[in-house]
Amino acid sequence: MTSETGFDPKLLDRFPTRERRPPGELEELERVWRAPGGWRRLTVVNNNYVGLYYVGSAFLFFLLAGVLALLMRVQLAAPLNGLLPQEVYNQVFTMHGTVMMFLFAVPAMEALGVLLLPQMLAARDLPFPRLSAYAFWAYLIGGLCFFASIFFGLAPNGGWFMYPPLTSKIYSPGINADFWLLGIGFIEISAIAGAIEIIVGVLKTRAPGMTLDKLPVFAWAMLVFAVMIVIGFPAVILGTLLLELERALDWPFFDAARGGDPLLWQHLFWFFGHPEVYIIFLPAAGITSMIIPTVARAPLAAYRLVVLAILATGFISFGVWVHHMFTTGLPVISVGFFSAASMAVSVPAGVQVFAWIATMASGRVRWSTAALFAVGGIITLTMGGLTGVMLALVPFDWQAHDTYFVVAHLHYVLIGGMVLPLFAGFYYWTPMMSRRALSERLGRWVFGLFFTGMHVTFLPMHLTGLMGMPRRVYTYLPGRNWEWPNLVSTLGAVLIAAGVLIFLIDLARNFRFAAEDNAGDVFGGGTLEWLPTGLYSTRSIPRVTSRYPLWDDPDLAQDVEAGRYLLPGAATGVRETIVTSPLRAEPQYLQRMPGPSVWHVLAAVFTAAAFLLLTVQLYWVGLASGVLAVAFVLRWVWETDWPMNAETAELGAGVRVPTYATGPASHGWWAMVVLLTVVGMIFLMAAFSYVFLWSRRPDLWIAPPPAAQLLAIVAGQAVAAGFALAAARLVRRGGAGRVLAAGAMIVSALAGAAAWALDIGGWRAAGLIPVASGQGATVYALLSLQGLLTLVILIMAGYVAVRVARGLVSTDRTSTVDLVSLFAVYTAAQGGLAALLARLFPGGG
Amino acid sequence: MWPPISTRSTLAEALRGWPAPALDPGGPAAAAIATLSWVLLALTGLILAIVLAAIALALLGRPAWRAWLSGERLVWIGGVALPIVVLTGLLIYGLTTTGRLAAAGPPGEMRVRVTGEMWWWRVAYLDAAGREVIHDANEVHIPAGRPVTFELEAADVIHSFWVPRLAGKLDMIPGRRNVLRLQADAPGVYAGQCAEFCGGPHALMGFLVVAHPPAEFERWRAARLRPPAPPSDPLAARGAAVFAASGCGACHRIAGSAANGLAGPDLTFVGARRSLGAGILPNNQGTLAGWVADSQAIKPGNRMPPFRTFSGEELRALAAYLEGLR
Repeated sequence: MTSETGFDPKLLDRFPTRERRPPGELEELERVWRAPGGWRRLTVVNNNYVGLYYVGSAFLFFLLAGVLALLMRVQLAAPLNGLLPQEVYNQVFTMHGTVMMFLFAVPAMEALGVLLLPQMLAARDLPFPRLSAYAFWAYLIGGLCFFASIFFGLAPNGGWFMYPPLTSKIYSPGINADFWLLGIGFIEISAIAGAIEIIVGVLKTRAPGMTLDKLPVFAWAMLVFAVMIVIGFPAVILGTLLLELERALDWPFFDAARGGDPLLWQHLFWFFGHPEVYIIFLPAAGITSMIIPTVARAPLAAYRLVVLAILATGFISFGVWVHHMFTTGLPVISVGFFSAASMAVSVPAGVQVFAWIATMASGRVRWSTAALFAVGGIITLTMGGLTGVMLALVPFDWQAHDTYFVVAHLHYVLIGGMVLPLFAGFYYWTPMMSRRALSERLGRWVFGLFFTGMHVTFLPMHLTGLMGMPRRVYTYLPGRNWEWPNLVSTLGAVLIAAGVLIFLIDLARNFRFAAEDNAGDVFGGGTLEWLPTGLYSTRSIPRVTSRYPLWDDPDLAQDVEAGRYLLPGAATGVRETIVTSPLRAEPQYLQRMPGPSVWHVLAAVFTAAAFLLLTVQLYWVGLASGVLAVAFVLRWVWETDWPMNAETAELGAGVRVPTYATGPASHGWWAMVVLLTVVGMIFLMAAFSYVFLWSRRPDLWIAPPPAAQLLAIVAGQAVAAGFALAAARLVRRGGAGRVLAAGAMIVSALAGAAAWALDIGGWRAAGLIPVASGQGATVYALLSLQGLLTLVILIMAGYVAVRVARGLVSTDRTSTVDLVSLFAVYTAAQGGLAALLARLFPGGG
Repeated sequence: MWPPISTRSTLAEALRGWPAPALDPGGPAAAAIATLSWVLLALTGLILAIVLAAIALALLGRPAWRAWLSGERLVWIGGVALPIVVLTGLLIYGLTTTGRLAAAGPPGEMRVRVTGEMWWWRVAYLDAAGREVIHDANEVHIPAGRPVTFELEAADVIHSFWVPRLAGKLDMIPGRRNVLRLQADAPGVYAGQCAEFCGGPHALMGFLVVAHPPAEFERWRAARLRPPAPPSDPLAARGAAVFAASGCGACHRIAGSAANGLAGPDLTFVGARRSLGAGILPNNQGTLAGWVADSQAIKPGNRMPPFRTFSGEELRALAAYLEGLR
């Protein structure tokens, strides 16, 4: 067995150890990991607490959006009903979709990742606990304020997909659309932050020995979920930015009269929007893949095929977005490609369904509420997937698109593919974090009502759509025979509501949060989250040799609890976890983890405030809030890259690892690479927008500035990149190396800023203004993105200088400089590319 | 008060939802899609039955069957082989049908231009040179048994043109012109509705396609090329005077009169339309008067302001005048 990092795998054979653990070791571990009490609980960063709050908040939004759905169904139960007037209904259905998709579905999956992954991987916490906490607070505060808009009649009313020109300033003059655009902004930030956390967590903080081949399927699903967020969310981030620029500053991205195109929005939105639904579905499929083996008491069949299926789904899902645009009049050949891809994406889904069936057949299912929800989910998902195949056929879609048939399809796949598995997960994992499990007796009622209600509500909608009822209608005429299916659907919605109500009662009666004296492994699961845990996750981190460690080693729980495995205490007296290599999970170093802190909370509050104040057009207060948010982020980041009190630490049995790492092995490096991928995708989407609008109206393009200028800009960015690279090398030299490194960073930042100023000056001199045409809008959008990054680099260069001045940078403490250098090199490269792209296209007029 | 729709009117007949219009084709395009739909329903029903049977056997079946179902083989057969075979066949079927339905018409085919407005349909019939020669709103007349090319545009936001009994839908997008070929096999009235959320009363943006026997269509066309005669009836004449004096011509056009506004629907032949308000009301003197007096109460948010200042006598006169425009 070869080693991935040079770590000798035979060292792990020393575990479990035999000697008694020293007295006070466990108490020290508990003390270090204790969560603050009272109002200080708000500063907590333990994934147990943050995960719980996160799941609870997501569920709250599920309930709120569910109430909106109930209102919609009552309104539609009879023709020309007067319960919800037109304008109210248009806000209600927009909020139902937006809240469900952005405030419930994705955050719920992210929250489950925060809650479960560290335990499932036997890590003490996620690699960036304050980042998840920040993401959570920004999401909660922002989400609640966003939802509150409906009480003021300011809720967005253009549909959850917000197509321009309907949502442009002319046809949506109020700030409702701005609430959506800016309100969604901080949710996008939360999602990206969570994605960074999960990618680094799954790949770098697993229990030693947990090779990729033994990774729990839920962790695989969360990994793909996070990568998909990194690739897919930037499209909607850019799209929302462009639409807000059009509304606020009249830059014509989507205005056909000036060379914009409404279809640009659709491409950007659906490039995000389709992967979004798989982002929502895959973790839930991961949940099913964890529950079915446990309730069937058999390992998951075809593990490798299932993992391949998850990867394939993630990949293919980025190639199907145009199936939301089959009726827009695109050429048959492009429509045909996307039809084929949309059908192909159902193959990996089928693989998972049959793997679950094979698992059930190979074991003997012990029925519980969790099992009922899991199997019910499989059936419902299959039905939804089949109607999806129907919709993938273009001629059928031409009839069914934008009708209640699609409403039926999307609810079948989302409820069957996500909500039912989520409820299964609630019943399954509650014993892990509560003193009591949920009630099996009430649980059967919850399942019966929810499952039945779901089918009674949505099955008739397939017919309703083919009967001619379009989506997003606040009422319909009598005499169209639409009354009966609508009434039946409404009755089903009441059943769903009853089921959810009983669930809430069950939750209130039985859920009592406990990290230590939880109800335990009630279902007999085999994966690591079922080990006895405290706030520090497990007492010692096990060495993993199989996919179901608790099944294959009956003594594991006892050994782990007694501290016979790795890191049985706080080796350096602070919170820590083991960082391991991505493929074979070989220990690499011990990562110091932060404890409770107020800075990320303040950063979150002011981030959310900035977005919301801008929405209500309090621009100066909003800007000030944004500045404060940045300041608090810097204060928070100040505490990273801190000296440890020992250079190496013992994991147990004489196995020692370093306490610090730089370069591609370090978790900070990985986080920065993921972040830069997000930024790069945003740039790619902006570049696409530019080229797309040029292809539509090349006659509106003016000639670019002279070529000599481009050389100057590229030279400037090359200087910026060069000095950034130099900084990373200089900091590793002794003597004045650190100061020179800080100086090099500052020069890099200034060079980048000068190149940017040349770029924008050149276009203004060439006579291009942003409001003039699609060219103006997209060129200035590219310049705005570059300007934002340039500002960030300027701030970070200053930050590096202050760190050097305070003596926090040394030859063996180089992470801060390394990461800022990486960011600066990327910024320079983007600046050069953007300048080149905008000058490549000939001017017609 | 919402005027009742007679169960025996042509509007009611066109608006009925049973049999389901998408599965009750009245033309070749819709027929091709309906056949495809039945094939899909049958196939997906069969696949669902197989999956449910597999689940039932996996949970409750005899040990021999359960042993057969466990392991990777089921995953390969059910999850890979079966879908690839079925989906490939379906894809070929779907793509060939798509190509056929999207094919352009021959150059000489009759052309109608429909422009989606918030929340009504501007209709113009084109002559051979592409000039708009007949203007109308919310109702399109075509000869039965022949394909007609529809040029679909949008004046403000994205709308979608959908007549389920005749064809699939096609969006109307500002800055683009989309082309849809429709054919109604038999004479009749076919209901359509906007199928892309366009804000406000999107739910009440319907229209009608009226198919005539070919000879009758030629007579209809010839009649439309001549503006209607001035009103002979004194009440209608009084209505014409009220219309002229109240500024209605600023938004509406009536050929042969001074009214030539383009912001709202063309009213030259409004009396002949089978519905009012874009497919949502029957067309009679009562609904005409009600719409003029307060269209906001019927279709909130629509672009026509209420005219509650008209007296009952003026409204009756206007209704008589408008009803006579046929």
